[in-house]
Amino acid sequence: MRALNRKLFRDLSTLKGQVAAIGVVIAAGVMTLIVFMTTLDSLTLTKDRFYRDFQFADVFADLKRAPNSVGERLREVSGVNHVETRVHAPIRMEVPDFGDPVRGRLISLPDGRQPNVNRLYVREGALPEPGRPDQVAVNEVFAEAHDLGVGDCLTVIIRGSMETLAIAGIVLSPEFVYQLGPADLFPDYERYGVLWMNERALANAYGMDGAFNNVVLTLQAGVVPGPVIDSLDQILAPYGGIGAYGREDQMSHRFVSDELDQVRAMATILPAIFLGVAAFLLHVLMGRIIRTQREQVAVLKAFGYTNGEIAFHYALLTGVIVLLGSVLGILLGAWAADGLARIYMEYFRFPEIGFRVRGWVIGLAVAVAGGSAFFGAFAAVRGAVKLPPAEAMRPPAPERFHRGLLERSPLWRFIGQPTRIILRNLSRHRMKSALSVSGIALSGALLLVGSYQFNAVDHMIDIQYRLIQRMDVHLTFTDPTPERSIGELRHQPGVRYAEGYRSVPVRLVNRGASYQTSILGIEGDSSLRGLIDRRHRPVALPPEGMLMTDYLADYLGVFPGDQVEVEVLEGHRRTVSVPLAGTVDEPIGVSAYMDRRALNRLMREGPALSGAWLLTERREERALYGELWRMSRIASIGLIRDAESNIREHMEETVLAFMAVALLLACSIAFGVIYNNARIALAERMRELATLRVLGFSRGEVAWILIGEIALLTVIAIPLGWVLGTLFAWSLSYAMSVDMFRIPFIVTTWTYAFSAAGVLVASFLSVLLMVRRIRKLDMVSALKTGE
Amino acid sequence: MTSEPEITSHVSERREEVFRTEGLTKVYVMGEVTIHALRGVNMALYAGELTVLLGASGCGKSTLLNILGGLDVATGGTVRYRGRDLTRAGERELTRYRRYEVGFVFQLYNMIPSLTARENVAIVTEIAREPMTPEEALALVGLDDRMDHFPSQLSGGQQQRVAIARAIAKRPAVLLCDEPTGALDSKTSVGVLQAIENINRELGTTTGLITHNEVIGEMADRVIRMSDGKVAEEHRNPSRRPPAELSW
Repeated sequence: MRALNRKLFRDLSTLKGQVAAIGVVIAAGVMTLIVFMTTLDSLTLTKDRFYRDFQFADVFADLKRAPNSVGERLREVSGVNHVETRVHAPIRMEVPDFGDPVRGRLISLPDGRQPNVNRLYVREGALPEPGRPDQVAVNEVFAEAHDLGVGDCLTVIIRGSMETLAIAGIVLSPEFVYQLGPADLFPDYERYGVLWMNERALANAYGMDGAFNNVVLTLQAGVVPGPVIDSLDQILAPYGGIGAYGREDQMSHRFVSDELDQVRAMATILPAIFLGVAAFLLHVLMGRIIRTQREQVAVLKAFGYTNGEIAFHYALLTGVIVLLGSVLGILLGAWAADGLARIYMEYFRFPEIGFRVRGWVIGLAVAVAGGSAFFGAFAAVRGAVKLPPAEAMRPPAPERFHRGLLERSPLWRFIGQPTRIILRNLSRHRMKSALSVSGIALSGALLLVGSYQFNAVDHMIDIQYRLIQRMDVHLTFTDPTPERSIGELRHQPGVRYAEGYRSVPVRLVNRGASYQTSILGIEGDSSLRGLIDRRHRPVALPPEGMLMTDYLADYLGVFPGDQVEVEVLEGHRRTVSVPLAGTVDEPIGVSAYMDRRALNRLMREGPALSGAWLLTERREERALYGELWRMSRIASIGLIRDAESNIREHMEETVLAFMAVALLLACSIAFGVIYNNARIALAERMRELATLRVLGFSRGEVAWILIGEIALLTVIAIPLGWVLGTLFAWSLSYAMSVDMFRIPFIVTTWTYAFSAAGVLVASFLSVLLMVRRIRKLDMVSALKTGE
Repeated sequence: MTSEPEITSHVSERREEVFRTEGLTKVYVMGEVTIHALRGVNMALYAGELTVLLGASGCGKSTLLNILGGLDVATGGTVRYRGRDLTRAGERELTRYRRYEVGFVFQLYNMIPSLTARENVAIVTEIAREPMTPEEALALVGLDDRMDHFPSQLSGGQQQRVAIARAIAKRPAVLLCDEPTGALDSKTSVGVLQAIENINRELGTTTGLITHNEVIGEMADRVIRMSDGKVAEEHRNPSRRPPAELSW
């Protein structure tokens, strides 16, 4: 079959523009699946490996103080594998050359050995030497944020006394894959750090000699955490235990799994959309390309080539295109997945990336893309070989044209012949026109789904920081504090306004569902903390009862008027029932709200505060921090401005990085499809256009027939693309809702404009390329070849 | 019509029948119109003969040739090729028939544009039994100096000669030519007809040639005149005139 193969390669090179464009569509489809699945896979693999190799705890518990002997009782609980009793101490730090307040946490290590639970991965240096009270190991993200290395010193304030500690090692812990301050929504590596030091030294400094205030343990294989948590709660209750919790409620793990859920949602929805669209387009494109070779198929048949041989020839043609596209898609996909996994590793600290591209992912991607291309090609080949060769070589019978509604309308008289040709072609080839319109519309839909999140994320952050969190500074107190302390804060330098709040850690329970969060007690007339509904209108705080985010209400399955069971996880543990008064709509976080005084009554306490919010003068910030820093009851100082830029950065580097890849793919597909559409339209019209040129039509008039057709199809396709894109975007938003944040389903005018502009630019460029071809159109030869 | 079998039997006395059609009909539905292209054709082609089918455009001669060549199927009646009933042949059998038995020349050459002259011939020789080489075939039509040209680099007459080379390279039993000179000027046409005549004479290939040009009939052993989907008249030339002597 040497001559036939030569035809194959010459055809490929003649069709190179279209081959490239189809290759891009295949590559984009294959790439989406590989990028998202591989990133998800790599992250999951890395996480599981780290958790397993470094003995990540299954159950966690905090308490006031228990003697070390209690640890023995914990080890005897049935189902428990390893137990580590530890000392946890909140600290403040001074970092050389860094002016802002820095908070942190010190965790004890068994002297001279790795703990049995939550072992540390030593990236650099070593664990503190046994017996050394002046050495610490530092979490990698914090060390990186301040450019700290082994041997550098830190000033740490533990329980009011200042210590200078030397860094012995830079470490990673499965407990702090995602390192987050207690009240933070997003990590701030500069202002929050986790440190480890020898148990004896820390117990000594924190007044915990012979005692512990934190327990982590692993379970034996196959043991469920529920009963163990109950036993732990029983044992620790007399020691101020505030409730043990499983991995699901552990902060770092929860965020990591949230993030993985989001990647999983994107990894399911986006490839389904992209690969689905690519498959549809490939089917149409391959079919149309092969239909333009209908006569050649007939000639081959006339020479005695069998249907099988002809089918094989076109299968090879399709196969080469699929192969080129797939290889490109696999290479780019693996490359982009590696890049995205690395971006995630900036947020999630693992010792190494377990990068892996699975065979089945490649197989599936290539099968879907290739399958649809072959299917499209075969449908066309079958159509061509079904006819006796003599009939296939004849021009198809003139199609049925009737005078339609349009022709009978008075407007028709004013329409010139070329425009009539356009209108008749489109209305008679309804199927073909519909396919072209769907192709272009789907491209526009991909552009919309690839771009809407950029605006939606901005919108989400604006809502959170303009309408909800309107304070400049967020303070937390070490313990509940009388409300008169607000007066003291109001007199600090640069403070324009101060307002207190109460925050109580709770577990909310309704039937089977439970969620660990906190109830935020806000002043009834708060001017710094907004509560809003879906349409951003303020929601009034009821004097009694509780509000919660609608996401949480949904999760718990409660409706306004229902009673919600509240397990208080602070001070004395008890369970009370509080009515749900209503819901609020917040894109970030999962909280419940009460009037501050109502919350105080619920806690059976006086008018106490957990912290305060401040409005401040920016130029006096330094002086203010200096003053606040000296107040021993202040546990943390958070700048909302920093939080906002952190979350922006976080979103940009994670979700939006994914979306940038998706957008790039959407652009490629859009151009590939629209170019091909125009190219095939030209091929199909070549003779007709040449005939018109012969009859004396100018190049412009002839070009108009093609341009006008593309323009009309494009104009019809754009709104359809908006509708499809909005549907795609909605399903993506819905799937991506997680605890941490919910990108609102908002498609702005800009997004619609972008989708339309993308389609128009691709059409315009394609038309330019077509016009160049029409210029070169050789009337005589175009008429000579063919039937 | 009633006299037809008589005529054909009269002419066929001594010769071996290659084709024999009886009551052949063909109906097309083209868009909204139904065309009766053949309305009961009875005719035969004989081994080694050069037969010209004459007729005006639309008389059904191309349809007849397409059915003889296995490129189209009849609506009614029978076609026998060396005793085999082509109207009953399946797709597979028709393909083998086209592959091994028939060489076809189209009015519009039907070159594969992406292949050179040599490759256009090779595409047929590669699937044939005991073919000549593409070079031999092209030499037979006098195109040995243009073998590596693409169709777009060849004139119409040259393309048609490639088409002839392509048709005869497999050493077919039958050569069927559909208006091979329809798109060519008279001087170029003579070259093409000479090539066909040459093949018929040298290789003894049974040849059927369609034309609307009366003059071309003079080069045939036998002329079958068609009109309105039927055989109108048939006669044997006393002698074949060489194509070089033809002019119009």
